[in-house]
Amino acid sequence: MADKKYRVLIAKPGLDGHDRGAKCIARALRDAGFEVVYTGIRRSPEEIAVAAVQEDVDAVGLSSLSGAHLQLFPKVLESLKKHDAADIPVIGGGIVPDEDIAILKEQGIQAVFTPGTSLADIITTFQSVCHK
Amino acid sequence: MDIDQIIDGVARRNNRAIAKGISLVENGDERTDRLLTSLDQSLIDEAVVLGITGPPGAGKSTLTDKLVKTSRKLEKRIGVVAIDPSSPLTGGAIHGDRIRMMQHALDTDVVVRSMATRGRLGGLCASAGASVRIMAAGGCNPIIIETVGVGQSEMDIISLADVTALVSAPGLGDDIQALKAGLLEVADIMVVNKADKPGAEMLAMELSEVAREKGREVVKTVASEGTGVEELLQTMLSIFEQQKASGESRRRRREAREREVVDWALEMLRPVLRERGAEDGGEYSGDPRVRAKAIVEGILGDGESVNQ
Repeated sequence: MADKKYRVLIAKPGLDGHDRGAKCIARALRDAGFEVVYTGIRRSPEEIAVAAVQEDVDAVGLSSLSGAHLQLFPKVLESLKKHDAADIPVIGGGIVPDEDIAILKEQGIQAVFTPGTSLADIITTFQSVCHK
Repeated sequence: MDIDQIIDGVARRNNRAIAKGISLVENGDERTDRLLTSLDQSLIDEAVVLGITGPPGAGKSTLTDKLVKTSRKLEKRIGVVAIDPSSPLTGGAIHGDRIRMMQHALDTDVVVRSMATRGRLGGLCASAGASVRIMAAGGCNPIIIETVGVGQSEMDIISLADVTALVSAPGLGDDIQALKAGLLEVADIMVVNKADKPGAEMLAMELSEVAREKGREVVKTVASEGTGVEELLQTMLSIFEQQKASGESRRRRREAREREVVDWALEMLRPVLRERGAEDGGEYSGDPRVRAKAIVEGILGDGESVNQ
């Protein structure tokens, strides 16, 4: 009976309302056997952290297309820490310039996906961070 | 979090501990039993469990969100278990109920857990009962269970919940006819949601006929606007009070417990059965029913036989 399923939260922080990408990732993860909790658009970092805690997810995926990733992604990390949940890995995705990817990774975002990343890569990355 | 922290955390109403505890059950973790035997039974006995069921698109999530809001006005700490189907192909699932419940996201007295059916039919998941008990022991009362979108026969909720509301809405057409034969007969209260839409009055009248026969109520709601939700909550709670007074609630809970024991036993036997059933390497070896009987008698041992 010990069949561990990976649970992930897909969230859109901030004010951008374009969630085609987030839904696409959510569906790809579902098809790869993940249980995906989707928060919908326009969530605050705090709301996302609390949802991640209550749902006891193995990883959080953030999507941002508005350019506010440098502000929002680290804020989610901060909120998770505040709720004693800094152990939940966070992955980011969206329109993120290369130079920002390095900054985000330095702050603790595990991986950052851009429009060129293949779904297969994304799934593999989620599997590996969930497995840890 | 280790098991002692989880046990301690649930008792202290820590939401992360509650979430971790539910995951233990869900994943069949070997520490599950320690947690479940540690729960405060008096809190479990006290907590009222409200079931929300109905066909897809009837407005279950929106109604649940509004019931949460109403409960919070009464300063009740509330738990929600929202169940969605697992994919039969990949085992994956999408949980969207939080989209409608995010307004409560920062309220630490609203505990929401999304769960996937993981192959279980009947509208719930195998761990739903245990999850409800963990939430109750974590101070939640009432606890709402929102089932998957149902058809005719997903009746597990009737057993698990103290009071079950069957939510329907106009425009779902033949679904309603289909529902009449099954769930309609056993739900404690019927809700006509989207009551501002054309056809709602007609639906309410049709349902009233069935309801009258069974001595049950029909409540009209417009969940998106919150209309009728307070009345619905009050009606559900007063049905529970009546059940408690008449002893009905004790009887129901005892039956539910017995049923859950059997469910878990079957769940635990499933892998064993699968293994033994596959022993012939998939070669044809007689009639399935005959073979099943032989396997079960093998497990029972000591010459005990199956009486059928």
